[in-house]
Amino acid sequence: MVAQRTISGTVKDADTQEPLIGANILVVGTSTGTTTDINGAFQLDVPEGATALEVSYTGYTTKEVALTASNLIAVALSAGEDLDEILVIGYGEIKKEDATGAIQSVTSKDFNQGAITSAQDLVAGKIAGVNITPSTDPGGGAGITVRGLSSLRASNAPLIVIDGVPLETNNNGGSRNFLNIVNPNDIETFTVLKDASASAIYGSRASGGVILITTKKGKGSDKFRLNYNGNVSMNQVTRRIDVFDADEFRQLVLNKYGEGSVEASYLGDANTDWQSLIYQNAIGTDHNVNFSGGVKGLPYRASVGYTNKEGVLKTEKFERTTLALNLNPKFFDNTLQVNISSKAMFTRNRFADRGAVGTAVGFDPTQPVFADDSLSQAKYGGYFAYQNPQGNPLSLAPTNPVAMLNLRNDASNVQKYIINGSVDYRFPFLPELRANLNLGYDYFYGEGEVTASEQLAYAVEDTGSITNYWNSNENRLLEFYLNYVKDYGNLGKVDFMAGYSWQNFFFNNYSFSRNLTGNEVFSPEETFPREYYLVSLYSRLNYTWNDLLVTLTLRRDGSSRFSEQARWGLFPSAAAAYKVFDGRKGNFNSLKVRVGYGVTGQQDIGNGFSDLYPYLPLYDASQPNAQYQFGNQFVTTLRPRGYDANIQWEETATLNAGIDFGLLDNRIIGSLDYYLKNTNNLLNEIDVAAGSNFTNRIVTNVGSMTNSGVELSLQATPISNDRFSWEIGGNATYEQNEITQLIANTLDTNYLGVFTGGISGINNNIQIHSVGHPLATFFVYEQLYDDNGNPIEGAYSDLDGDGQGGVGNGDRYHSRNPNARWFFGINTRLTYDNWELSMSGRARVGNYIYNNIWSDRANYNALRGNTAFLSNLHREVLNIGFEQPQLLSDLYLQNGSFFRMDYITLSYFFPELGGVKNVKVFATVQNPITITNYPGLDPEVGGIDGSVYPRSRAFLIGLSGSL
Amino acid sequence: MNKAYCTLAVLLGIVLLTATSCFNDLDIVPIDEDFNTSEAVYRDPASYRQVLAKLYAGLAVTGQQGPAGQGDIVGLDEGFSSYLRNLWNMQELPTEEAICAWNDQGIPELNRAFFDSNNPLIAGMYARIYFQIPLTNEYIRETTDEKLNFREIPADIQADVRIFRAEARFLRALSYWHGLDLFRNIPFIEEARGVGAYFPEQATPQETFAFIESELKAIENLLVAPGQNEYGRADQAAAWMLLAKLYLNAEVYIGESRINESLEYIKKVIDSGAFSLEPNYEHLFLADNHNSAEIIFPVTFHGRNTQTWGGMTFLINSSNGGSMVPADRGVNGAWGGNRVTAGLVMKFDTSAANTDERAMFYTAGQTLAITNPRTFTEGWAITKFSNLDQAGNPGSDNTHPDTDFPMFRLADAYLMYAEAVLRGATGGDQATALGYINALRQRANATSITAGDLTLDFILDERARELFWECHRRTDLIRFGKFTSGDYVWPHKGNTVANEFPEGRAIDEKFRILPLPSNDLAANPTLVQNPGY
Repeated sequence: MVAQRTISGTVKDADTQEPLIGANILVVGTSTGTTTDINGAFQLDVPEGATALEVSYTGYTTKEVALTASNLIAVALSAGEDLDEILVIGYGEIKKEDATGAIQSVTSKDFNQGAITSAQDLVAGKIAGVNITPSTDPGGGAGITVRGLSSLRASNAPLIVIDGVPLETNNNGGSRNFLNIVNPNDIETFTVLKDASASAIYGSRASGGVILITTKKGKGSDKFRLNYNGNVSMNQVTRRIDVFDADEFRQLVLNKYGEGSVEASYLGDANTDWQSLIYQNAIGTDHNVNFSGGVKGLPYRASVGYTNKEGVLKTEKFERTTLALNLNPKFFDNTLQVNISSKAMFTRNRFADRGAVGTAVGFDPTQPVFADDSLSQAKYGGYFAYQNPQGNPLSLAPTNPVAMLNLRNDASNVQKYIINGSVDYRFPFLPELRANLNLGYDYFYGEGEVTASEQLAYAVEDTGSITNYWNSNENRLLEFYLNYVKDYGNLGKVDFMAGYSWQNFFFNNYSFSRNLTGNEVFSPEETFPREYYLVSLYSRLNYTWNDLLVTLTLRRDGSSRFSEQARWGLFPSAAAAYKVFDGRKGNFNSLKVRVGYGVTGQQDIGNGFSDLYPYLPLYDASQPNAQYQFGNQFVTTLRPRGYDANIQWEETATLNAGIDFGLLDNRIIGSLDYYLKNTNNLLNEIDVAAGSNFTNRIVTNVGSMTNSGVELSLQATPISNDRFSWEIGGNATYEQNEITQLIANTLDTNYLGVFTGGISGINNNIQIHSVGHPLATFFVYEQLYDDNGNPIEGAYSDLDGDGQGGVGNGDRYHSRNPNARWFFGINTRLTYDNWELSMSGRARVGNYIYNNIWSDRANYNALRGNTAFLSNLHREVLNIGFEQPQLLSDLYLQNGSFFRMDYITLSYFFPELGGVKNVKVFATVQNPITITNYPGLDPEVGGIDGSVYPRSRAFLIGLSGSL
Repeated sequence: MNKAYCTLAVLLGIVLLTATSCFNDLDIVPIDEDFNTSEAVYRDPASYRQVLAKLYAGLAVTGQQGPAGQGDIVGLDEGFSSYLRNLWNMQELPTEEAICAWNDQGIPELNRAFFDSNNPLIAGMYARIYFQIPLTNEYIRETTDEKLNFREIPADIQADVRIFRAEARFLRALSYWHGLDLFRNIPFIEEARGVGAYFPEQATPQETFAFIESELKAIENLLVAPGQNEYGRADQAAAWMLLAKLYLNAEVYIGESRINESLEYIKKVIDSGAFSLEPNYEHLFLADNHNSAEIIFPVTFHGRNTQTWGGMTFLINSSNGGSMVPADRGVNGAWGGNRVTAGLVMKFDTSAANTDERAMFYTAGQTLAITNPRTFTEGWAITKFSNLDQAGNPGSDNTHPDTDFPMFRLADAYLMYAEAVLRGATGGDQATALGYINALRQRANATSITAGDLTLDFILDERARELFWECHRRTDLIRFGKFTSGDYVWPHKGNTVANEFPEGRAIDEKFRILPLPSNDLAANPTLVQNPGY
């Protein structure tokens, strides 16, 4: 036993020997503690009976130091090996065990492996409640939603913050995916703030959740290291739409219309499988080199990435170069830390004409690809084209899909830069306080040219077409915050942060479209500048008292999209967590209970003109080709735009309750969360009552919706020994939503709701947002069947009892839900000596799809075009047998539940091979297995299946190593 | 510590200052000069003419970019959203004058005169009418003397704007009339109500009728004298024509004969002397028809400056097909859509002896009988409208014609005069009526008729011969009680999908009024659907 005494000491980084400022020192078993000063030094009065100190520092492994007789202690902390333990949060980071919100993070070692070009694909299926639909085209964008859809018209995409810069998430013309700026190989962590208590610090932009991406940085102590990894891949299409082949088609037409009929005279005598002619085995390659280290204490990491991929649709190409440089110097005894992060991306794209996918499905298989008559040679480049008696293109006829691909060139060059610098200053005289200034600049410029040859049937009459365009996008960010951290010992620890943020988003587009000879202008040269601003004040208080953790946040946002009266939104949140036990031995190792409530907002309704100034009464001038004649003069007209003077924020209030636990020596760790989200003032585009506005549809605040769900994540290590280990992780999410109100102050039961989900035909919508139903519920006629179970054409239940079935909206009913109720992700990794096998897959259950290909092409009427040509049908017509399209029948709603194995990777690791270290060779099959009953091409199309860019299977071999 | 708090205070001060100044950034107006706030628009005296031009252009084009782009109506294929195209489809497809080969949803139903509230073309027509009405209301609100004075608009411009304003009221009355004629029980938007979230309430046909009547009478003397306005703009005669048409159909609209007033206003048009018959019938429908002295009120189009996929582009290109040579009508397109049923053809002498120049049929490779409406070569084709001028030269573009659409023309006034007289209107006489009818027939090189031939049935047929495809037919058939009845049928009238009545049959009386579109019934719960739908 030692009486009360004063201990003095220092805390340093074990590697660099640099002092750690603000490290926490706590007397074990008490709440007595202090923090280190700028020299990493501390003094602490320890009470009688104290035996040890606990020394902790964010990002480092906590150490317990036994007290000896000495009053001087030097502690060296090692950088945390398990980065899982540190979570990046908005404007800071936090130890995972201290988190009060629903936050989940995936680090680089757990990323999916494959031919991954875009960041989001790294974590598909890895995070409960985060639903990622991988892209189907090379470098393409993907749908990311966090905890379902909470908005109707405003963005449901999460806010994405890369190294502290919140991105503008709307894609620009010419660019496939804004996330392409960051090379997947440069990403260190991918963190999702799911509930409001975590995301409310981003206030107005956080309704769809927040994804924080941090990139890898160098360390001052590191020696020079060079890493390479690369791969070669081949993608191929696995399924095609089931249409008639040429002989069957010929027979079908003859049976239907008879020999000698007009229709029979339209038949050709070729045998063409159009779908096989538009796809290819697509080769791709990907190389990345990065080097990192420290030069005279200046940590750096630089990387170069190069990706070159073809698409499975012929002529589709994607070529990308990325550069990234991170510098993290420290000055003035480490009180001033500077982080400079710069990223650059250059892509060259060629976009295949997607229209060819649908055209190939319906194109008459008895027509040839090429025609060798002199007219076709001279006028149509030798491609078969439907012609009228004068040899001109037949009006309204489809264009040869092969010609569509080969005679059109749609190419773009895109460059994007994100540069941000943050300065973090810890006041020498007040080490509890630090100030952080973050300046960011995000620049996008994409330019492209689309040419349609004068030999392309649809462009022949205009002698081709050429469109030049560019899009630029500049976002500026200024953020400043102060952070005060103080441990009051028995009274707990306070971590308070308050700041200010200013962002300007500037967009400009240019386009000019004319024919190839230049003598006819389709769309005159025009630029289209526009902008918006967001200004915010925010604060957060983290208070820790023993095992109780409390977080309060408050953010006030102003958006220039709304009028002065509606502009400001206040977004508060509160959360608490209690560590029931932690670090205990035995079967139950840790248990933490969390509960939080908060409000987040949404104002992102897009970056088009109407979306940026939706409250202003504006007039727009007509183009020169939409003037009106008064006398001998053509007058440029001025048109008032529809507007909503009262448009305002959409607000989502989220309640979250969850537990985090560790079992069996932490061989099983997991989280279980329940959430309830209420969104009010939903932004949606609705039909306005005719005559009440200058347009028939407008974006306005229309109602309320609830989302609720349960998420479970589990990570287990059933086997772990020297030679063999097995890890398995999984997550399951159940979610549901319901619209609870749609028109303010009206409970009118006649009000059906807001139609959505456009399908083929004119003005046809198959879905509806209605009160009491999930959003975008299919709204259809109930098909009647005969005794044999075959559908009877045009026969529907007379649901409104007016004596006629299938007439008007009264006979339509709310049917299936396009959104899945259940989502699953599973991943596993087996290692045996130097072999590793990893797999990752996803499943969705309960999502229904409207098969628009069937409804459009599985009826005999579709055989005949509007002019002298025929169209192929879906073979399902043989079963359905309808003469006319019956677009609104529930016959076409199909279960889209599926399980998909996304990646299987086998790798072998050589610790050293020919002087190269950490050599890994690997082979991956991407999308090897899909289990589904859905008869269309891809159960992941979501909602309505029209013609889609097919999801391909990829085979990949790769290599990585370092020097 | 003091130093610390001082620094902190300074820092906070800087933050607050920057923050406050940046808050002003939230007050933005568009930086693109193509867009202006309403206030800025009406402060500029030159704008008044431009906004008025949009009110007219709403009848012709579909958006602020030709032929498509920046559309006025959202959610409908832009080509299908044209006012004139929709009006034509409503007035012609359900009659003997036209049948369309296309299978686009809504068209086969209009062909058969068997439509419901989900018909997207009917919704398009309705949306167009209710695009025009709020726009004209806004213009009328923004052009009061009080506002013009407040904005210090110069006196000479104010004088012009007063006329513009009267024309806006005419255009509003025109669209209300289309609404009354097609949909009958329609929402009425009070002029004082601006833009906002409210449900316009349905007016009775009597109320709508009375409003149109009072408006036209109120502007009668504010408009420019007949034939004196700039080409393309409405004058007194346009308002009189509209009034005369309103009165002529009053029996249908409000169950009350107003035939005397109809004749009164027809006479004003004719007696103004501002209009005369185009010597050559064919010239009324050519690329240079803006020169015609017969046209009272046109909807103008131009191949370069007024482009649309609706309007005349639609009317000319859609009626080319089969073996027709599109260039013969000054265009490239042969959309293979619209032609006529035997019901119209039989109004003419189909033998070689026919001299009536109005029988502008194209028959090579076309059959008269229509077994399958989807086959363009079944049913005779029409060459009435053309993008060639009188000299045979094509217009300025080979897709979008220069040809204007004659919404009101003198021949119609002549026929209305005769009809009103035959219906017993006072103030006219049969001899004058006969003279007018024979003037039309002589112009077309058709044989003259005698007083004994001049019956109401003859008038209905003569209207078909003279005015077919000019957006009158449905209204005419209803006024003559022949639209739904079984004693007057034409091929495919009331036919079923299974083709059970290819020769035509009676249809339900409800079809005399179009259904209110289901999307507006959903958006405006105060509306009551028309009977039978």
